[in-house]
Amino acid sequence: MSKKVHVQTTINGEAVDFLCEPRNSLLEVLRDDLDHTGAKEGCNNGNCGACNVIMDGRLVNSCCVLGVEADGCEITTIEGIGSAANLHPLQQKFLEHAALQCGICTPGFIVSAKALLDENPNPTEDEVRYWLAGNLCRCTGYDKIVRAVLDARNGA
Amino acid sequence: MSQNGHKVIGTRPIRHDGVDKVTGRAIYGADIQLTGLLHGTVKRSPHPHARIKNIDTSRAEAHPGVRAVVTAHDLPQIADKLADLGEAIVNLRDASNNVLAYGKVLYKGHAVAGVAAINLHVAQEAVELIDVEYEVLPHVTGVLEAMEDGAPILHEDMKTTSMGEETDKVSNIANHFQHKMGEPDDGFAEADVVIEREFTTQTVHQGYIETHNATALWNEEGQLTIWTSTQGAFSVRDQMAEILQMPVSKVKIVPLEIGGGFGGKISVYLDPVAALLSKKTGHPVKMTMTRDEVFEGTGPTPGSYLKVKMGATSDGRLTAATAYMAYEAGAYPGSPVGAGAGCIFTPYDIPNVQIDGYDVCVNKPKTNAYRAPGATNAAYATETVVDEISEKLGVDPLEFRVKNGAKEGTRRADGPVHPRIGCIETTEAALNSEHYRSSLAKSANGKVRGRGVASGYWFNFNGGRSAISVSINPDGTINMLEGSTDIGGSRASIAMQLAETIGLEATDIKPYVVDTDSIGYTDVTGGSRTTFGTGYAAHATGQALIREMKERASKLWDVPADAIDFEDGVFSYRDDAEKRGSFKEMASQAGDAGGPVVAQVSTNPDGSGGGAFATHVVDVEVDRETGKVDILRYTAVQDAGTAIHPSYVEGQMQGGVVQGIGWGLNEEYIYNDDGSMTNASFLDYRMPTTLDLPMIETIIVEVPNESHPYGVRGVGEVPIVPPPAALANAIYDATGVRLRDLPMSPPRVQKALAENGG
Repeated sequence: MSKKVHVQTTINGEAVDFLCEPRNSLLEVLRDDLDHTGAKEGCNNGNCGACNVIMDGRLVNSCCVLGVEADGCEITTIEGIGSAANLHPLQQKFLEHAALQCGICTPGFIVSAKALLDENPNPTEDEVRYWLAGNLCRCTGYDKIVRAVLDARNGA
Repeated sequence: MSQNGHKVIGTRPIRHDGVDKVTGRAIYGADIQLTGLLHGTVKRSPHPHARIKNIDTSRAEAHPGVRAVVTAHDLPQIADKLADLGEAIVNLRDASNNVLAYGKVLYKGHAVAGVAAINLHVAQEAVELIDVEYEVLPHVTGVLEAMEDGAPILHEDMKTTSMGEETDKVSNIANHFQHKMGEPDDGFAEADVVIEREFTTQTVHQGYIETHNATALWNEEGQLTIWTSTQGAFSVRDQMAEILQMPVSKVKIVPLEIGGGFGGKISVYLDPVAALLSKKTGHPVKMTMTRDEVFEGTGPTPGSYLKVKMGATSDGRLTAATAYMAYEAGAYPGSPVGAGAGCIFTPYDIPNVQIDGYDVCVNKPKTNAYRAPGATNAAYATETVVDEISEKLGVDPLEFRVKNGAKEGTRRADGPVHPRIGCIETTEAALNSEHYRSSLAKSANGKVRGRGVASGYWFNFNGGRSAISVSINPDGTINMLEGSTDIGGSRASIAMQLAETIGLEATDIKPYVVDTDSIGYTDVTGGSRTTFGTGYAAHATGQALIREMKERASKLWDVPADAIDFEDGVFSYRDDAEKRGSFKEMASQAGDAGGPVVAQVSTNPDGSGGGAFATHVVDVEVDRETGKVDILRYTAVQDAGTAIHPSYVEGQMQGGVVQGIGWGLNEEYIYNDDGSMTNASFLDYRMPTTLDLPMIETIIVEVPNESHPYGVRGVGEVPIVPPPAALANAIYDATGVRLRDLPMSPPRVQKALAENGG
């Protein structure tokens, strides 16, 4: 075990300090130390997108970012995108379109789609499909996910 | 109001567990945190076949932060015993040896030891310090090679069972069975066109995004609690009790949210190891698999070899069919070849059939169920041959299927006679679809286009055991406890059936999936049984609640219970129009007339799960230079009996189609000569992404299942069955070349086109 490092960061608008080993990924820190279990581990090597978070405005696989790299950064996780009382339009559209089955990939998809709409508020279907190709879903065949994102365009 | 006079069934309410899942609050297996939690991991074999000479755990145990190490010697050795896990019959001794290898390792990735430590990294370091001495043995990974005389033998004590009798022959063939109906030789003699072809398919994985996990706490009273993601909490309880040789009353399984299963989350892998580690340490132990462990250490669905022969008369009648089906079981017997044999010719009415099935052990992970297990391999062969026969006869392939389609009263070659089914209706709906009626424009970019069709069948299991426990709240809402894992919206589809029965809204029902101490035995969420079987229980629960509420109304109104009617959600006394009240109005008073209103119902319906049929239409574009196949348009047609929540029926169809597309075009376990899988990651095991697909169009046919009060048929599995064959037929239509080996990946397509001048 290596000596732990003190990291100061902002998560969903709140200042958060944590200690982590240099080898800990941001995903591990979020899930195991900070109780942010909305980010999921599907592959731990950047291929499934289930752990996606927005870091300083950029979409990242949190499994491929070290916890120490979050120092001084602003991070948005699924927990910061909306709440039961105040759903983000993407979350509302995912529900209305039945765009989830098991739901394990859903937080990653919503975070990714949020990053897309932040950058391009009115994407075409092709642009949605291109952007979301880094997120794997094994249940839905993506049809309803793509429709939900397209339907969330104007409300976002 | 939806069609058929239903108020709730056929509508599309937002699922009850939806908000938690879109906000990241839902707790999946790996999300659980417990005080004093240790983290565990597994040491796995680097060899596909080897004798374990010795395991030295001393260096690992001495590693700072390590709390315990376990091996197969910590497991009770159990005798041969068969158990039904819901989608497959399993020998529990094999199940135990699969959890931790005893004596031999039978595939690369086979677990040999488990470690618990203060964190996962320390546990992973300790795994490297476990010294296992192996005597490496020759291995075999191909099904036909494994069947040859002289092949390396996986189980020296396993004798082939043939046609129900154990023989003296030691071989990797665990079982050979045969189904025969009529006289195939006579049938082929009547035929004007006979086609016989060989097919191969490769090992593929269910590919659920959530990896396996288990968290165990073995407390000082000897009570074991497991928190896990599983398709069947009671199946896990049974397996734990058998593998650990303890009474079921000492085991409680708490099912957390599950991130996909598709048949792959029924067998236990980590759960017994976590339990042993917890017993040794006195702490709760959480174990999760990495993605490569999921590929190499859990049960994929088998590679296979099939030879199919079919004959038809010149006027387009199928007269005979035979099939030789050899499926890889993996390390231990039990491939889904039996299920495949029950499906292979089932969309058709063929008088003379013979099917020979072989269950063959190879040095790969023990295979497991995967969505309509066995049926997709089978349909790839049959549906491609049917396409070829239709072409030879010069008839439309869907017209041919309608003419030869199975219907009520048609006998399957494996025995059962079909009840009312929607095989022909489904095919006709595909034939009449806008997609099939449309013409396929030529490609403008030098690529070639084609259209293909294929059909498929899956049994749908016959209900099984389900329990539901409800209590009525004073505001008229209902807490509904169930034992069925919700893997894709079944809280909603079951709650909707209860709501329909008692005249409430779907949102008035609050469904909870609860642990094994809190509800009656419930079979796995598998076999497309849940919306049928647990929905059947929900309807019965509704009936019980109506009876009970009539009793309460009888007391409140002081009138005879049998003079109270319940219609359109309202209780009323026949002889006095003043005495009436909705379910909710009555619920607010009912507690005063005999205490809280509760009901517990369990069911195990006798009738059929209904049988599921699907027909798919696909348009593809093939790049002859690269061999890449793009999907231009896809339509799936399926008989759902009655679609309870149409969005989730469509979702099952779309998801199944896309898994079938992955199986057809890209997915495979690629083995090197050392018997190692070389592509155990999501980068190299290429599942479809958004970018690979168009929208998936769906047409739901509703031929009600007579064995269910609302006509439900299972819908989850059959949509994976037709895609590989439909794609093969479309590729043929585009290129003039028949592909009979899966996957039809770019290198294979390119090679086939080069060899055949396509």
